Amino acid sequence: MAMGTVTTGRKSRWGLVDIIVLVFALVPVLWVVSLSFKTKATLTDGNFIPQEWTWQNYADIFQTSEFVLSLVNSIGIAIISTVIAVVLGTMAAYAIARLDFPGKQVLVGLSLLIAMFPQVSLVTPLFNIERNLGLFDTWPGLILPYITFALPLSIYTLSAFFREIPWELEKAAKMDGATPAQAFRKVIAPLAAPGVFTTAILVFIFCWNDFLFAISLTSTTASRTVPAALSFFTGSSQFEDPTGQVSAAAVVITIPIIVFVLFFQRRIVAGLTSGAVKG
Amino acid sequence: MAEIVLDKVSKKYPDGALAVSEVDITIADGEFIILVGPSGCGKSTTLNMVAGLEDISSGELRIDGKRVNEKAPKDRDIAMVFQSYALYPHMSVRENMAFPLRLAKVDDKTVRAKVEEAAKILDLTAHLDRKPANLSGGQRQRVAMGRAIVRNPKAFLMDEPLSNLDAKLRGQMRTSVSKIQKQLGTTTLYVTHDQTEAMTLGDRVVVLRGGYVQQIGSPQFLYDNPANLFVAGFIGSPSMNFVPATLENNELRSALGTTPLTDRVRQLVEKASAPRDVIVGVRPEHFEDAALVEAGQKAGGTTFTAHIDVLESMGSEKFAHFTVEGEAATAQELAELAADSGSADVPGAESQIVARLSAESTAAENAGLEVWYDADKIKLFDPSNGKNLTYED
Repeated sequence: MAMGTVTTGRKSRWGLVDIIVLVFALVPVLWVVSLSFKTKATLTDGNFIPQEWTWQNYADIFQTSEFVLSLVNSIGIAIISTVIAVVLGTMAAYAIARLDFPGKQVLVGLSLLIAMFPQVSLVTPLFNIERNLGLFDTWPGLILPYITFALPLSIYTLSAFFREIPWELEKAAKMDGATPAQAFRKVIAPLAAPGVFTTAILVFIFCWNDFLFAISLTSTTASRTVPAALSFFTGSSQFEDPTGQVSAAAVVITIPIIVFVLFFQRRIVAGLTSGAVKG
Repeated sequence: MAEIVLDKVSKKYPDGALAVSEVDITIADGEFIILVGPSGCGKSTTLNMVAGLEDISSGELRIDGKRVNEKAPKDRDIAMVFQSYALYPHMSVRENMAFPLRLAKVDDKTVRAKVEEAAKILDLTAHLDRKPANLSGGQRQRVAMGRAIVRNPKAFLMDEPLSNLDAKLRGQMRTSVSKIQKQLGTTTLYVTHDQTEAMTLGDRVVVLRGGYVQQIGSPQFLYDNPANLFVAGFIGSPSMNFVPATLENNELRSALGTTPLTDRVRQLVEKASAPRDVIVGVRPEHFEDAALVEAGQKAGGTTFTAHIDVLESMGSEKFAHFTVEGEAATAQELAELAADSGSADVPGAESQIVARLSAESTAAENAGLEVWYDADKIKLFDPSNGKNLTYED
C-alpha cells in the first residue's frame, strides 16, 4: 500500500501547485470580469462577486463609436499582419529547413537579432519615419512594424516544424510522380498545418496585444487599436470613473483570442507525423 | 519493364568529393541487381542518380535506350522503396497506395482495382483503411512495397528496404520480395549493406568500394572467384581468413604451415606473375578437423596445430576461433573492411582465424587441435594492390 500513499501524496502535492498557479493567473482576470458587471455605485465596494449585476458597462462601450472603430482596427490589423507574417514565414522557414544557400546563417542570425531588439528604442525613429512617409496613423503604419517583429517568431516556430517533416516524404512524392508544387501541396502542407496554425495563433496574439506601437504610431480612431483606445477611455465628466467601461472593454478584447485558440486547437494535433518513417 | 544502362556514370559534389566514379552497369530487362558495399561506398548515391533524386555529374543513364539524365523523377516511370518507408502519415494505407495513380490521373475504378490487387499480393487487405501510425514495422514495409507496385513502373529501386526490420521478419520479407519480383518480372535495383540479402536475392551482385565498381557477377561467382581482397573479404559470412605468406619454390609458407601449390593454383599464379610476398585467403569451410579427413583426401591439403580460443557449436557445424603466430595480414582493403564491420575496434581481431568444422569434431576450447585445410581452395592476393592472383575467368 506504500505505492498508493506515495501516489496520492504526489497527486495532492501537484494538485496544490496547480491550484496556486491557477489562482495566481486567474484572479486578476476574474477581478476584471467582476468589475465589468458592477454598477457605478458598487465599483469600489471590494466584493469579489458583484452585489448588483449590470450589462450597462457593455452597452456603454458599444454605444461609443470610439470603441467599435478601434475594435474594427484591431481585428483588421491583426489579421492582415498574421496572414502576411505566416505566409512569408512559411516560405522562409521551408527554405531554412530544407535548402543550403549562401547567407543562410546570416538570415537566421538577423531574424534572431530583430526578435531580441528592444522595441521601445525604435518608437521615436519609427514615429519620425512614419510621419515623413505619411504612414503615421494608418493601418499599414502598424501592420509593417508588426510584420517585422512577428516574422522572426514565425520563422523560428515554423522552421522547427518543417525540420520534423522527414525529407524522404518529399522524395517519395517525387518518385510517385508529383511535381514539386504537388509534393508541397499534397504532402508537405498537410503535415505542416499544425505548425502553421500554432504560429498563426502566436503571431495573432502578439499583434492583438501590442500596446507600445499602437499608442505611439496612432493618433485618431483611423487606426487606433483597442489596447491603445482603452487608455483613452474617460468618463463623460472628470468626476466620472471609467473603470467599469475599461473592464468591460478588456473582457471584450479577450474573447477573440479565446475563440481563436479554441478554433485552431483542434487542428494542433501533436504527433501527426508519427508513422511516416520508422523510429 | 525496361533495360537500364549506366554508362560511365559519375557523381562529383561541389566540394570536389567524388562519390561515384565511372560506374558501368547494364541491367537487363527483368533482372534483379544488388548494389552492395560498406557505408559511404556510393551505392545509395548511385541509386538516387538512377531515380533522378540526384544529378549525374558525368556519364549517361539510359532507360530503354533513351537518355534520361535530364528527366525529372516523375518522368522516368520508376518506383522507389525507401529505407524509412516514407509513408504519408496523413493518408490511410489505401490512399498511400493510390497516391501515384491519383497523380497519374487514373480513373477511380481502375485505382480501386489496382490497389485491391496489390493489397492482396501483399496481404494488406485487412489494413487498407488504417493509418501508417497504427501499423507494425513489417506492415509499413509492405505498404511501401505496395505503393511501388501499383503502377507497374519500368523498374523498382529499393534502398535498404529491410534494414529497419528485426532479424526474423527480415528473413520472411526477403523471401517475399524475391517472390514478388519474380511474379512481376520488373527490373529491380536493390541497395543493401547486408550480404545475406546480396547473396540470396540477386541475379547479379555489384560490389562497390569508395565509388568504384570492384566486381560484377552472380553471387556464387563472386564467392568462388573474388576479383580482389576487398570482394573476398566482403562477400561471405563468416568472412574469408587472411594470413601473410611467402611464395618460394612452388611452396607457400605461412603461419598455417608450408603447403606445396597444387597444379591448378601454380598455373594461375605463374600466369599472374605473383610477387614473393602474398596474402593467402582461406574460407572457413575449407578448414576441417584433421582427425575427420580421410587419408586419401588429406594429401591434397596441409595440417597444422591450432590452439582453439572459442568454439561455437551451431548444432549442424562448429565454428572454431583461433589465432595464429606472426603478423596479421595488412592491406588497405582489409583495413577498410575492418573499419566497416567494426572489428577494427576489437583488439586482436585482425589475426583471428575462423574455421568451420564438422559437428562430429571433438575440438574443445583452450585445447590444441590438428586442423587441415584444402590446398586447392586457397586464394592468393597481391598485398600491394589487393588483386586476386588466383582469379579464374
